[in-house]
Amino acid sequence: MIRDYAARSREIIRDEPGVREAVTGATIAFDEKRRKGYAEVDADAWRRWAEGVKNHTLTHLDHYLTEAEARLRANGAQVHWAADAAEAREIVIGLATRRAVASVVKGKSMVTEEIDLNPALEEAGIEVIETDLGEYVLQLLEEPPSHILGPALHKSLRQVQDLFAERLNTAPDGDPDTLARAAREVLRNAFIDADMGITGANFLVAETGTVALIENEGNIRLTTSLPRVHVAVVGIEKLLPRMTDLAGFLQLTARAATGQPIGCFVSLIQGPAAEPGDDGPEEVHVVLVDNGRTDVLAHEHAWEALRCVRCGACLNACPVYRQTGGHAYGHVYSGPIGSVLDPGLLGLHDAMPLPFASSLCGACEDACPVRIPIPELLLEWRREAQDEGLTPWKERAALAGLASVATQPGLYRLAGRIGSRLGARGAARALPMLGEWARDRALPKPSPRTFRQLWREGIE
Amino acid sequence: MKVAFFVTCLADHYFADAAADAVRLLHHLGCEVGFPPDQTCCGQPAYNAGRTREALRMAEHTLDVLAGTDAVVLPSGSCATMVKKFYPRLAGESGNRVSRATALAERTWDLAEFIVRRLGVTRLGDGLAGRRVAVHQGCHALRELRLETEPTTLLEGAGAEVVPWEAQEECCGFGGLFSVKMTAVSAAMADRKLETLPDVDWVVSGDGGCVLHLDGRSRARGDAIEFVHLATALWRGVN
Repeated sequence: MIRDYAARSREIIRDEPGVREAVTGATIAFDEKRRKGYAEVDADAWRRWAEGVKNHTLTHLDHYLTEAEARLRANGAQVHWAADAAEAREIVIGLATRRAVASVVKGKSMVTEEIDLNPALEEAGIEVIETDLGEYVLQLLEEPPSHILGPALHKSLRQVQDLFAERLNTAPDGDPDTLARAAREVLRNAFIDADMGITGANFLVAETGTVALIENEGNIRLTTSLPRVHVAVVGIEKLLPRMTDLAGFLQLTARAATGQPIGCFVSLIQGPAAEPGDDGPEEVHVVLVDNGRTDVLAHEHAWEALRCVRCGACLNACPVYRQTGGHAYGHVYSGPIGSVLDPGLLGLHDAMPLPFASSLCGACEDACPVRIPIPELLLEWRREAQDEGLTPWKERAALAGLASVATQPGLYRLAGRIGSRLGARGAARALPMLGEWARDRALPKPSPRTFRQLWREGIE
Repeated sequence: MKVAFFVTCLADHYFADAAADAVRLLHHLGCEVGFPPDQTCCGQPAYNAGRTREALRMAEHTLDVLAGTDAVVLPSGSCATMVKKFYPRLAGESGNRVSRATALAERTWDLAEFIVRRLGVTRLGDGLAGRRVAVHQGCHALRELRLETEPTTLLEGAGAEVVPWEAQEECCGFGGLFSVKMTAVSAAMADRKLETLPDVDWVVSGDGGCVLHLDGRSRARGDAIEFVHLATALWRGVN
């Protein structure tokens, strides 16, 4: 549950120290690659360009969605509109049922996590197999992803070795290549047997009706080409106007995510096989999902979060995220981007206290390839939370008290003297905020004489 | 040059000696230092909590107190950022006398920023010769004011050896209200700083908030690390 963030993060840090170690190590490595990837190009210019393209697209989203739909249909693909998660699930299950699908292979997709697709498919009696290696590991463990890009990066090699030894009969000390080969054996057969492949999309190009997918493992290429039916579940903010825009975004997204100049595989999908017997699926479906996005778009400030390309760069740069990984946040979108997107998608009330799960250090904004002003958006959500009374009353009272004292210099000086004396005696522990402070830290030591006193006496 | 010294509430009560060292340093560099007596809190705690109305009241008070000053210098990158970056934003959003906030922003400086960028001084003395220090860069100083090199330049300009620190640019986890709302994560962030700290005599920072938090955490862990405010380190460097 999102509302348990503070308690859940404490539990993870205390009870699962391996998570902090694995997440810190992996995200620092990703972040360093991102810095190198940015340094090889004029990243600031690229980022400003990308911000502009996304802003334009979001401003004219109705136009580009209509254009994309028309192009996709002309290409022979089928387009479906889902207002919310339930509609999206119904559409996909309807398609699967109509084609008597028994088994589905999936490419890594955050939006299908967002709409809880896998449990719904399983309930409908359909076998679901995740084919991204990290997602496959998590499916065996029955865990949600911890990171947008590296869903299992909170796991250690040891944990995967143990899991695979038990489930796939690999040697207990199998190296990463051995483990990947074992998963590949299983997944090859799954690809061949599957009736339907389900993916998300990194981008949807309006001009040509092209679903673009970036990956490094090749599993998405197989998911979209081997089964009879391919379903791409696509958030409506994924639009780009033209193929030339895509050329830039493919490179920028890869650099932001992993520092690569471009992903190892880029699949561009425009429709089904032209003739029976040609390569490619018989049917291609694109499910366009709103699920709160138009509400975010209508929000005075939060709409900027819709520029997000789900690269994970903000998570990798975030020292808050690094302590716990994604599970502490309680929602599929975690870390800095989750803390600004979730209040928009779920409603602020249901996303509390995520806007406060940040020290506002600003590392995320520097990393973001589309220049989402994450700290400023966090502050906007905090303002709304304060205005709607969603924060603890003691905190509001304390800040109102501070403002009253700080606008009356005489009172401020008096309060300062009393506060310092209380602090010196350790009595400050009884104050609500300092009590929390003292849970994990020694109390601060007040100066024996305030600066004001020193100034009055004369500073030599 | 005439300088109005804005001590900040944390430095007034917890780093009084460092604030006095900042004044000594400014005197030494030829500044005439004044202390507007009615100054209080810049309002950042309310601003970061999303309490715009309270933040605006405190900003208005500070704008009144600092009216008519020449340069304003603060011994805190974070509070300097509040005045330089967030006052104009607050004023803009409330449609409230933006020009006054912008004018104050333009003449307000963090201590290290003022010495390097305004006074053009990078050499202070040899007082820190033989001393190994690590620098903790406060996030506002680093990412809002872009003071990426100034503290290091000044410390080296006073003879110190600044030892590279893997987590030098990482947030310490203070974050004001964050440190009491998300206290476990905040403490774990401090641990990351402390776990990666190289062998040094001092950890130096230009932000008292970060130091209170890092020092509090390190004492709770039983570490013996000496934290020194940048103003004190630099004044020691002069002598």
